[in-house]
Amino acid sequence: MIRLERLSKVFGTVTAVDGVDMEVPEGEVCVLLGPSGCGKTTTMKMINRLIAPSAGKIFIGGRDTAGQDDVALRRSIGYVIQQIGLFPNKTIEDNICVVPDLLGWPRRKSRERAAELLSLVNLDPALFLRRYPKELSGGQQQRVGVVRALAADPPVLLMDEPFGAIDPINREVIQDEFMKLQAALRKTVIFVSHDIDEAVKMASRIAIFRDGRLVQYDRPDDILAHPKDAFVADFVGQDRTLKRLRLVRVEEAMMADPPRVQAEDTLDTAVALMREHGHGSVVMVGPRGRARGQVRLEAADGRRGLVGENHEPLPGTVLVGDDLRTAVARMFEHDVTWLACVDADGFYKGYVTQRGITHLLGATYGKRS
Amino acid sequence: METFAFMVANWPVILQRMGEHVSLVGAAILIAIATGVPIGIAITANRKAADAVLYAASIMITIPSIALFGLLIPILSLIGQGIGYLPALVALVLYSQLPIIRNTYTAITNVDPALREAARGMGMTTAQRLREVEIPIALPVIVSGVRNAVVLSIAIAAIATYIGAGGLGTFISRGISQTDIRQLLTGAISVSALAIAADAALLGLQRLLTSPGLRIR
Repeated sequence: MIRLERLSKVFGTVTAVDGVDMEVPEGEVCVLLGPSGCGKTTTMKMINRLIAPSAGKIFIGGRDTAGQDDVALRRSIGYVIQQIGLFPNKTIEDNICVVPDLLGWPRRKSRERAAELLSLVNLDPALFLRRYPKELSGGQQQRVGVVRALAADPPVLLMDEPFGAIDPINREVIQDEFMKLQAALRKTVIFVSHDIDEAVKMASRIAIFRDGRLVQYDRPDDILAHPKDAFVADFVGQDRTLKRLRLVRVEEAMMADPPRVQAEDTLDTAVALMREHGHGSVVMVGPRGRARGQVRLEAADGRRGLVGENHEPLPGTVLVGDDLRTAVARMFEHDVTWLACVDADGFYKGYVTQRGITHLLGATYGKRS
Repeated sequence: METFAFMVANWPVILQRMGEHVSLVGAAILIAIATGVPIGIAITANRKAADAVLYAASIMITIPSIALFGLLIPILSLIGQGIGYLPALVALVLYSQLPIIRNTYTAITNVDPALREAARGMGMTTAQRLREVEIPIALPVIVSGVRNAVVLSIAIAAIATYIGAGGLGTFISRGISQTDIRQLLTGAISVSALAIAADAALLGLQRLLTSPGLRIR
């Protein structure tokens, strides 16, 4: 969808971007990542020609951008900046409609679009359309900044550290909202960031820049598991393995179809089941399969009775859709080495263990080296 | 009290001279806006040009008005207009340039660079950026420059009576030459009143032209 070929930019004697080659497939979020002055922002601004390339080519949807009118090109690319840049003299509605108005859309169509977009980011159109930017909080303003870029439904979105100026709590929320939006809209996004955690969270691909060069361009998990050199390893951080926990869902590390007992089973049955699987405990499920409690081998061995009378509460459960970071956090919280995994309705789906997680992460490390 | 009686008795003359005064200042300000605002915008593109233009306009405003009228007499005599309405108009236009150019320049250069970047990045042309973003945001400061120019011009136009431009200054010049305190005060009071009224009216206009979004702090 977006292809950069030997792209370079020289400012006087300084080479800001040096022969960058990369391709971003349609519908993916590519995060340009690196320390300040690494050329990531310059690279992005060459895509909408706010900065003219010194050498090399940029293709969007197969078309060379050099041959197109700059103004028309920019109107076909959504643009979000860190400082938000809402026009203080215009209402929220008029701000969102800037590009549709430039493109000459009928007023009714653009205004309907503005209302629809606002509700997509959980801002009530009735409340916000007529307000002015200064009446909104920073987080609300940047939500408007994002939907303004989407107003004319451009296939490509450029985002220059869009959430950098927002406080950490709101930033998480807006990132999540944006990911939800992106899952529905499938735009091709170029996203500049200097925050590895943000990159890991948002990116389908990460491009790491250093001194104007593209050092590594890979999927987030590969960047974390196989940093190409010491610079990348250092940049992604000593705790890169922990960061990977965020990328893997519980489902992928879970042992599915686990042994289980019901309230009317005897403790003997439970003990036999645990011995058979070599487990220290077994989950008790309700009549339809919801996780209700557990029986520990230590407590049940040698005793008589029914599971229903002798079960203990589960120390903690995790949703199959959560990431491993949540699962590990919960293990630490409850001081356990395994967790029962349930779906959104509480049905018992499987279990994750600390060993299982370690093994999974280790397996990816082994893949390449 | 005497002055008051004089004013009441000469009501029609006061009105007529005020009319002259207003039409002279009004014409000068319109021309000054039509030249000063575009110049103020144009020089935002070039720092050196801006310094030169603002310097020249600052020097212009330091020339005493009576001297400027004197300087204009030989020049405009070439087209047979050495005294009267035209030199007064030219002088007022020149004096009004500094407040208008300076305020326009400052207001436009003070527009947040992020807004300029957003406007460019979304595909506005330079003209669209000026019309949609920069001028609306700069407008309150530009109008406040115009207010300065108007007050300044009303005062200077009073002196233009010495080169035969008429206006409220006629009361003052006659008051001085005839040592008639009533005429002097009539002139002074009406010039002040006009200045205050014009300033208030323009303040109203300034509020009207300012987007509600810019008034929020």
